[in-house]
Amino acid sequence: MSAPAHLARRRLSDRDGVLAWLFLSPAVVYILALVGLPFVLAIAFSLSDVTGGDPSFDWVGLQNFERIFADPVFWRSLRNTFVFTAVSMLLIVVFGKVLANVLIADFKGRWLVRFLVLLPWTTPVALSTITWLWMLDSVFSPIDWVLRTAGLIQTNMFWLGVPNLAMASVIAVHVWRLVPLAAVIMMAGLLSIPRDVQEQALVDGAGYWRRMFEITIPLTAPVIAISALFGAIFTFTDMTVVYVLTRGGPTNETQVLASWAFFRGIEGSDIGQGAAIALFLFPLLLAAAIAILRAVRRMEIG
Amino acid sequence: MDGLVVTDADRRRYARRHRAGRIALYAVAVVSALAAAGPFVWAAITTFKQDRDLYRRRNNPFVFNETPTNDHIDLLFNRTGFATFAWNTLWVGVLVVLITLALSLPAAYSLARLDRPWGGRMGIAIFFVYLVPPTLLFLSLSRLVVALGLQDSTWSLVVIYPTITVPVSVWLLIGFLKTIPKDIEEQAMVDGYSRLGAMLRVVAPLLFPGLVAVVVFAFTLTASEFIYALAFISPSAEKVISTGVPTELVRGDVFFWQSLQASAVLVAVPIALVFNLFLDRFIAGFTQGAVKG
Repeated sequence: MSAPAHLARRRLSDRDGVLAWLFLSPAVVYILALVGLPFVLAIAFSLSDVTGGDPSFDWVGLQNFERIFADPVFWRSLRNTFVFTAVSMLLIVVFGKVLANVLIADFKGRWLVRFLVLLPWTTPVALSTITWLWMLDSVFSPIDWVLRTAGLIQTNMFWLGVPNLAMASVIAVHVWRLVPLAAVIMMAGLLSIPRDVQEQALVDGAGYWRRMFEITIPLTAPVIAISALFGAIFTFTDMTVVYVLTRGGPTNETQVLASWAFFRGIEGSDIGQGAAIALFLFPLLLAAAIAILRAVRRMEIG
Repeated sequence: MDGLVVTDADRRRYARRHRAGRIALYAVAVVSALAAAGPFVWAAITTFKQDRDLYRRRNNPFVFNETPTNDHIDLLFNRTGFATFAWNTLWVGVLVVLITLALSLPAAYSLARLDRPWGGRMGIAIFFVYLVPPTLLFLSLSRLVVALGLQDSTWSLVVIYPTITVPVSVWLLIGFLKTIPKDIEEQAMVDGYSRLGAMLRVVAPLLFPGLVAVVVFAFTLTASEFIYALAFISPSAEKVISTGVPTELVRGDVFFWQSLQASAVLVAVPIALVFNLFLDRFIAGFTQGAVKG
């Protein structure tokens, strides 16, 4: 009994090809079933008139796209999505870099600082955004209280009620939440720079900024690019902050594509239109991802 | 500095620069800690405030103008489903982590170790799966969830969440596996282990930091997820923290602010503590995953 079993095992382990597929197939099957199939379904929905009340599938061609393109709220959301993503990413990369430099340094109380700094990322985003909702309250905001007491403002700011302030608030909360993750990824990048490169530069008399721009940033550029890619995807498709903080308001001034797709598709029950709006995200994401991956590859070769 | 004479003036200059650097470091550390944790401090103060204290514009919001009270924590635990939500979040998270490991570990091993000609392309394909966002899929997935008979059940999340965590985990683990020399495994196989034996006895222990990174990442992603939880589940008893707390403590226009703030702090602190324990391993896992993947 033991001899054939032993032989069979030998044969399987010799045949890497079979083993490779055997190991890979559960993940592939899973992804095809729960990402691939829904993805195709999403495309089908966008070409149909499926609604929450009437789930029967009728082909309508590009009608949903024509209707969303005719809707000013769609263009508003598209513009907001770009503003939201671009401004957030810029701030996240800059603050993340600064924070990463601090967190890898050796100082007293480092553990406590790390713990406090990581809180925004480890808290479920819906809960931390609710905390912000209360901080930005139109009447009882402590920020307004401080500004009022300091004599800087006479009446409250109404953070979430004024279009530009609402957008700034949404971006601030999003940046606040993602900077810790960016910092952790960049710490990983900084720690991967060989120590002797840094030390050699120090010995050669290179100052802080020179080391920063000629060694640290070029060597960590792939990691910065990757954390920017992750962050951009996250930001581009995220709607939690918008949903909890402003629900897209005031009058759709902070609406982004993801939240608009949700309001249309789930709360408004117009699944066809919701799918069309959501689908609009994908080609944009794909282009951004390919561009960044290419840039990273070029940097690694160069 | 070879061949140069270091003068006292040089030394003083370096000492001064060093001191300035330390001061800047502490300043940035303190400012970042305040910016990051400030809202939680504010939340903690709010939690213990009486309504009379909370809703008076002229009160200094940072101090207790009235005696602090425990009523709102009592409300959270005894008159809302907070404990149920926390429990649901925990077991969904644990199951998702287990499924993620079971699916992504063999897949990563296959792509990183068993040199197939399609390995590289498959790796990139899996990375691109990560680009397909929840906002694009939730409409069709909610149909699928209904078809599977899982609507309004926490199990729908257990089934769906690995679609977010598996691609990231495979990608992280591939990079990590690439850093473990192949010879170690081949030597073990020469010594009489089967491939599976070598994988479990030799590779798995070396992979430990990478596994920790995956566990932490998968759990935080799962606990934080909002869109699927919101779209799939409506009865209270099946909700997770992200969706349960807002729906139970926001009734129409009435916000139970103190209890809401309490829940944020109560969830944030334990997760952050655990996360900090693993931070260094997490970073180690991420370095190998991100840089060499």
